[in-house]
Parts: sequence; C-alpha cells; structure tokens
Amino acid sequence: METIIQGKAYVLGKNIDTDQIIPAEHLVYSLSDPEEVILYGKYALSGVPPEQGGLPQGNILFIEEGSCRSEFSIIIAGPNFGCGSSREHAPFALKVAGVKAIVAESYARIFYRNCVDGGFAIPYETAEPLNQLIKTGDELKIDVEANTIENLTSKVTYKLNPLGDVFNIVEAGGIFAYARQEHLMPQS
Amino acid sequence: MAQTITQKILSKAANRKFVDAGESVWLNVDILLTHDVCGPPTFDIFKQEFGPDAKVWDPKKVVVLPDHYIFTANEHAHRNIDLLRQFAKEQQLEHYYDVGTDRYKGVCHVALAEEGFNLPGTVLFGTDSHTCTSGAFGMFGTGIGNTDAAFILGTGKLWEKVPESILFTFDGKMPAYLTAKDLILQILGDITTDGATYRAMEFDGEAIFSLPMEERMTLTNMAIEAGGMNGIIAADSIAESYVKARSQKPYELFQSDPDARYHSKYRYDVSKLEPVVAQPHSPDNRATVRSVEGTKITKSYIGSCTGGKLTDFVMAARILKGQRVSVTTNIVPATVKVARDLETELYDGQSLKQIFEDAGCTIALPSCAACLGGPADTVGRSVDNDVVVSTTNRNFPGRMGSKHAGVYLASPLTAAASAITGKLTDPRDFL
Ligand code: SF4
Repeated sequence: METIIQGKAYVLGKNIDTDQIIPAEHLVYSLSDPEEVILYGKYALSGVPPEQGGLPQGNILFIEEGSCRSEFSIIIAGPNFGCGSSREHAPFALKVAGVKAIVAESYARIFYRNCVDGGFAIPYETAEPLNQLIKTGDELKIDVEANTIENLTSKVTYKLNPLGDVFNIVEAGGIFAYARQEHLMPQS
Repeated sequence: MAQTITQKILSKAANRKFVDAGESVWLNVDILLTHDVCGPPTFDIFKQEFGPDAKVWDPKKVVVLPDHYIFTANEHAHRNIDLLRQFAKEQQLEHYYDVGTDRYKGVCHVALAEEGFNLPGTVLFGTDSHTCTSGAFGMFGTGIGNTDAAFILGTGKLWEKVPESILFTFDGKMPAYLTAKDLILQILGDITTDGATYRAMEFDGEAIFSLPMEERMTLTNMAIEAGGMNGIIAADSIAESYVKARSQKPYELFQSDPDARYHSKYRYDVSKLEPVVAQPHSPDNRATVRSVEGTKITKSYIGSCTGGKLTDFVMAARILKGQRVSVTTNIVPATVKVARDLETELYDGQSLKQIFEDAGCTIALPSCAACLGGPADTVGRSVDNDVVVSTTNRNFPGRMGSKHAGVYLASPLTAAASAITGKLTDPRDFL
C-alpha cells in the first residue's frame, strides 16, 4: 500500500449517488475487457450536473473531452458519498479514471464496502466539511500512516478519521488478499 | 442479553448466541442473489480469484434473475444475458431464470418473494441495493458489490458489521388514501437519505401488521433510500401464510426482545398522515401532495420493485377506472406473474388490464425498464425536461434517463390521480 498519496483535488457536494458517478446506461460494458474498461474512465462522474462538478467554481470537467483519465486523483466530497445503487462499477470507474483516495464526510454503506473490499480507492472520512475548505485543483497530500491530509496549495493540514476495522483489508488491498493473508481461503 | 430481530438473525448466521451492534462478524449466507448488470462482473471476479474451474459453494443457494436491461436492442445488454446463461449452465444453477423462456420472471426482489426464496430468519445478500426488500419477511437482506458477491460465491460467507436498529412504529388503521409508499416517504423526509446509514430500520405497529406482504415490501424496499443496511418486519401470520403457499422449506421466526437497545425510535399515528411525494432530486425531499398540487407533469410511471406489484396496480385501478389519462402513462408490471394477474384480477367487475387500457395507459413487459433509465430504447425512459410522477424509489438527477428531467416519487394512488389531470393531484380528489 502506498503510504503517501499526492494529487489534485476534485471537489463535489453532498449525496453524490452512484448514478452520478457512473450513469446506468453505461453499466453494460465489460469490467475485464481492457478496451471496454477504459470507457468507465471516460464516463466517470459524467452524471454530475455540470454546475456541481469541480466546486466551488463548478463547470470543471472531471474528464477532458476525448480522455479516459482524470487529472484529479483525490475526490473531496460532502456527506453520503456513493448513495444509491450497489453497482461496484462506481468505485471501479473512479479507479479507472485515476482516483486513489476519496475524502468525504460520510459514505453510503455499499459504496464504502465496495471501495474497501474491491481495493479500488481508499475511502477516508473527515469530521470537517473539507469540500468547503478545499478548492478543485488544489494540490493535496495524504499521509496514510499519520491519517492527515495536507493542502499544499493553501498550506493547511486536516485530520482524517482512522480507518479502524477495515484498515487491515485496505492495507492488504481488498477482501481476497486479506482472506488469503488470514488463511480464510486457500492461497493462490 | 436482549437483542433486536436483526441481531438475533445475525447471531444465528454467525453461530453465536449474541452479537452486539458495531462488531464485525462473519456470516453464513443462505441465498446469494444476482442479476444481469452485476452478475457477469461477479462471475469474472469469482473465476479470477478461485480459478477458472472453481465451483460455487452451493449451486442451490445462488439465484440469478435477469431483470434490468431485458427488452432492448442494446448488444452489450444481450451479451450480459449470454454470460449469465453460460455461467448458470457451467455451474448447474437450478435457480436461473432465463430471458426469452417461460422461466423468465422479471424484477428480482419481487420474483424472490413469489418463488418462495424469502424465508423468515434467513440471511440474503444480493448484488442490488434493494435486496433489503426481502426484510419484509422477517429475514436479513442487504445489498453488496461484485467483489463481495464473488467472495460469497466461493466461500458462502461474508463479513458484516452488526447494525444498530431504528424502530418505526405506525399506530392506527390505514386510511384508504394512504399507502406504504406514503409512510416510507414520510420517514425519509424526517430522517433524510443518510439517516439510517449502516443501521437497520425495523417497522412495527398495528398499521404495519394490517398490510399485505406487497405493501410491507414497499417499506423495506426503500430502507436503502435512508442509507439503511436492512429494513425488517417480524413475520406474523400474514407473512407465514404467504411463505407457506410458496415454499416447503423450514424457517425460523424471530422477534425483537421488548428491552432490546435501539439507536432511536419514531412513532407515527397513520390517521394524521397524508399523501406525500418526494420532489426532485432526492427521495427525502418530501412535500404533501396538497402543497405541490397543480405542478404540471409530462409522464406518469407505475412500475418497479417498489411500485409495480399487484397491490400497486389494484390501487391505481381504483383511481383510473372509468377515467382517461392526459399524459403518457406507463404501467410496468414487476414480474410476469404480476403481468398475468393484471388480466385475471378484477376491480369493480373489470380486469385491471382492461381498466388501464380503457384509460389510455401503455402496458409494458415486465422488467426494471425506466426505473433506472436504461439503454436509450427503454420503455418510459425520461427525455429532456420531462416531469415524471413515478412509483419508483429514486429520483436522483438522471435516474430515470434524462439528467434534466425532474421525478416526483409518489404512491400508485397519487401517480394515477396525477396521470388523469396532468398535474400533481391528491388522490383524495378521486376516492
Ligand atoms: S425495479 Fe428499479 S430499483 Fe428495483 S431492482 Fe430494478 S432498477 Fe433496481
């Protein structure tokens, strides 16, 4: 597991549901065929209404026209991120787009589990409304061991809630890696 | 130690006497449900992790119900069905309900109930967030992602954090103009879309136990809209007779202890509640129908696992009998069984189907259809700035198709009354 995650912030509001993360019409692509997998990157966050994408300014594209990777690798959001459907395509799409960590005030349960068990992106929680303190494009640095996030642009450091129970699964890289490590399933 | 019904079921599944809220436990799974959207990627992960020749832990416990993208020309959607078919064959899954055959059922949560898979006291995981619907049968049901589902496929187990419970008690006798949908939208307005995150939502009270199973399922179905892990109603004689008519399997009845610990408790008197809607773009954006009456709509949609069951259509028929709709009105039965029942079930001497046809509604084939938008050729999909009144469960931006459309979630009574007038209308005007 990387212990330092550095990248640009993409800031979103509250209740970002899975239809906004990856609209349902795109769920038909394969999650294993490399040519189709990149389409998940292309359409990641494409359901967010334009004025609410890339706060505080809004109207900032997460994925440039014609691209499948985002220049932003850390999502900053309000409460209840990932609410809605159970589609694992949602954290998958964010990963394909290049997202490494999400920092939200809270998460919907299934999205949170999917992030952890699938090893897609680290879902951090904060007590502070970081989506009102950080701007899209700010350069951020997460220290995984210290549970902090530093805004290199504004030079302010914030605390992240420790991952708690799920740290071991995150550290192992997902539920399968964890289960093998703990001998809950045969080694491969 | 006193436990809630959810704790008791999870204790049993964890081979323990007692589990406490907040602890993570490994559970033995009774049924794993999947469908055409999440099945193929789940099977992929299963093969990647357990090997190309691996066998699922118990082929009798895997239920595969394609339902999401069925009646579409979309090639990728067809490929997904092919992948389900292939896996079901390879693994000899007897509970695969293939599209295009007379085994096809329709929307998974309703089909699970109809086919007798919902058994009190059991644990169900499904690759669909509305798996909580089955909690209406006094069992634990919750949604998971593909990775977790693949893990279950190989091991028959999964970890879960035991939830705290919130208790919602509804006292009194249900008035004729009120439905389970109004009750759950009432709750959502009170506790918001993350009010029950990682918690169980337990329902009881005289009004709840007077409801038929389909209406109870509407309540537990939308637990996820408040972020709930599961919704649950203890099984009573109504639940038992429903189950016994469909399954010979043994089951176990559980009830919360009187002194069980709850995160919080809410109490409602149903005689004081009125028909409500959730306004765009969130299921917790509640308003009484009276307060938004007159808002123009362009479509009415009666369907989905929430609002496409037989009881929903009986309610709609009560309003639509002898009337004409003034906007496009899509009737989408959840399952083939419901579609058949529309032809045989009579209201006031006429079949429901006849009533809907006479009223000018369009009756679609059973599937999820436009509940989640779906491919461009999906029946009832919203376009442009549509304003839809819908008996479905979600109205986030773009959920029913167009990002620019607005969706009002409502009961079948309200959706039917509004279809007639072309504006949001309180069903009491027609009852
Ligand atoms: S009807 Fe709608 S909510 Fe229900 S399973 Fe289908 S898509 Fe999901």
